[in-house]
Amino acid sequence: MNAKTADRIATVVIFAVAAFIVLLLIGLLGFILVRGISHISWDFLTSAPETIKAGGGIGPQLFNSLFLLVLTMLITVPIGVGAGIFMSQYAKPGRLTNSIRLVVEVLSSFPSIVVGLFGMLVFVQKFDIGFSLLSGALALTVFNLPLMVRITEQAMSGVPREQKEASLALGLSRWKTITSVMFPIALPTIITGTILAAGRVFGEAAALLFTAGMSSPRLDFTDWNPLSPFSPLNPLRPAETLAVHIWKINSEGLAPDAAEIAAGASAVLVITVLLFNFGARWFGRYLHRKFTATR
Amino acid sequence: MQTNGLKVNELSVFYGEKEAVKKVSLSFAPQTVTALIGPSGCGKSTFLRSLNRMNDTIGGVRTTGEIWIDGVNINDPSIDVVELRQQIGMVWQRPNPFHKSIYENIAFGPRYHGIKKKKQLDEIVEDSLRKAALWEETKDRLHNSALALSGGQQQRLCIARSIAVKPKIILMDEPASALDPVSTSKIEELIAELKKEYCIVIVTHNMQQAARVSDRTAFFYMGKLIEADSTEVMFTNPTQKETDDYISGRFG
Repeated sequence: MNAKTADRIATVVIFAVAAFIVLLLIGLLGFILVRGISHISWDFLTSAPETIKAGGGIGPQLFNSLFLLVLTMLITVPIGVGAGIFMSQYAKPGRLTNSIRLVVEVLSSFPSIVVGLFGMLVFVQKFDIGFSLLSGALALTVFNLPLMVRITEQAMSGVPREQKEASLALGLSRWKTITSVMFPIALPTIITGTILAAGRVFGEAAALLFTAGMSSPRLDFTDWNPLSPFSPLNPLRPAETLAVHIWKINSEGLAPDAAEIAAGASAVLVITVLLFNFGARWFGRYLHRKFTATR
Repeated sequence: MQTNGLKVNELSVFYGEKEAVKKVSLSFAPQTVTALIGPSGCGKSTFLRSLNRMNDTIGGVRTTGEIWIDGVNINDPSIDVVELRQQIGMVWQRPNPFHKSIYENIAFGPRYHGIKKKKQLDEIVEDSLRKAALWEETKDRLHNSALALSGGQQQRLCIARSIAVKPKIILMDEPASALDPVSTSKIEELIAELKKEYCIVIVTHNMQQAARVSDRTAFFYMGKLIEADSTEVMFTNPTQKETDDYISGRFG
């Protein structure tokens, strides 16, 4: 076989693989959306679920998913970005740094059900937080944090060294160099990483079963006092998320329209993740433009 | 701005065990351009980068010896490196403007060093751009991204950025080697102009450039300073055989 034929075959194979992946994605998305989209209505999105009657909604679950996402990110992003900056700019290369890096990698590939059990033993029982949004957020932090750290570290290390040196040569401190010169360049990558981490929060069910719980109290959407037990904003209340809800009604749902609700909820989940992705990407580009004045 | 220049005494730089610069002693007079020449890997860039302690930012580099500026040995570990670097500007081989607007590239340093008034900053920006012969080309688009400028303009912007914090010495690491001939000659004209105020140290691979822009030339080979003298003497009548061989193109 001569080089030209080999080149042609390789091209065909690569195109075929790419087409297969795209088709798979379209097929998967199409299947979920087609099955679920007819069930989505304003009422479905806002009303509470029914246990045995048909016509229940997913309002509280949708809210719980979004709120849990915000809570988790509030814990993950500052710590993760801070640790990532430390790893790339302050930690001296050596045994200790390498072992921290290894631990971070191992932690991020932990099975989520194990993280969930760990969360139940430590946060729910030991710290006595109970089944709650906070326990769920802490459990999700356990495997989102490593992702955040690694991505920040890579993004900061990917900033050209001349950029850092140019700032230092002007007599700027290391901290000012990191925050004003390097961080804006690394930001789009960090935002992408945050989206990945956030997507995991949205789709995660196993780690939440034993931490955030499988039930939601009767939420009173007029009560915004975070200390009240029926307030949606109370981080110490149990909260069933959308992904957990899908799992629950699929396995033990008693409502006659359980299958339709699961399909509708899946479509909502997918659409929300997509919207979140596009929104965050746009936001990342906007921030990059703002910080760097590139047009 | 008058300065006493720069005096280096027995400077050695080690990468781990390897001695990249071996006991170099060299003086740089104010208002002169000194060219550092030599084949690749001879230690001239490493030497240049040790003059503003930029090698400190890479792990595993150790520098011994003395570097004197205005009676202060800046290679003393107790020296505040951050403050020191303001006195020594630097220009790199590839233009490396910040990912900011043209205005911000220049105002960034002075603002950090305490100049907050917009009028004062405007003056510094204009003054620095004029000195770098870039004002006419950029005055109407100061708030556009610096990355939209051509390579040669970017390099002049980097020079303007470094003089905006009022250094005494400017280090240039092959400042024109990534540029086209027209941009190169602009940079060289600029160096001749800046010489009136600053002590300039330039690393170059280009022998003609060294001959054109510098007053003094130092020849490095295998980490050692072989010879340093006025550029004219170095190019016409060097005392060392290695210098003669290198300048006449027999190696390197």
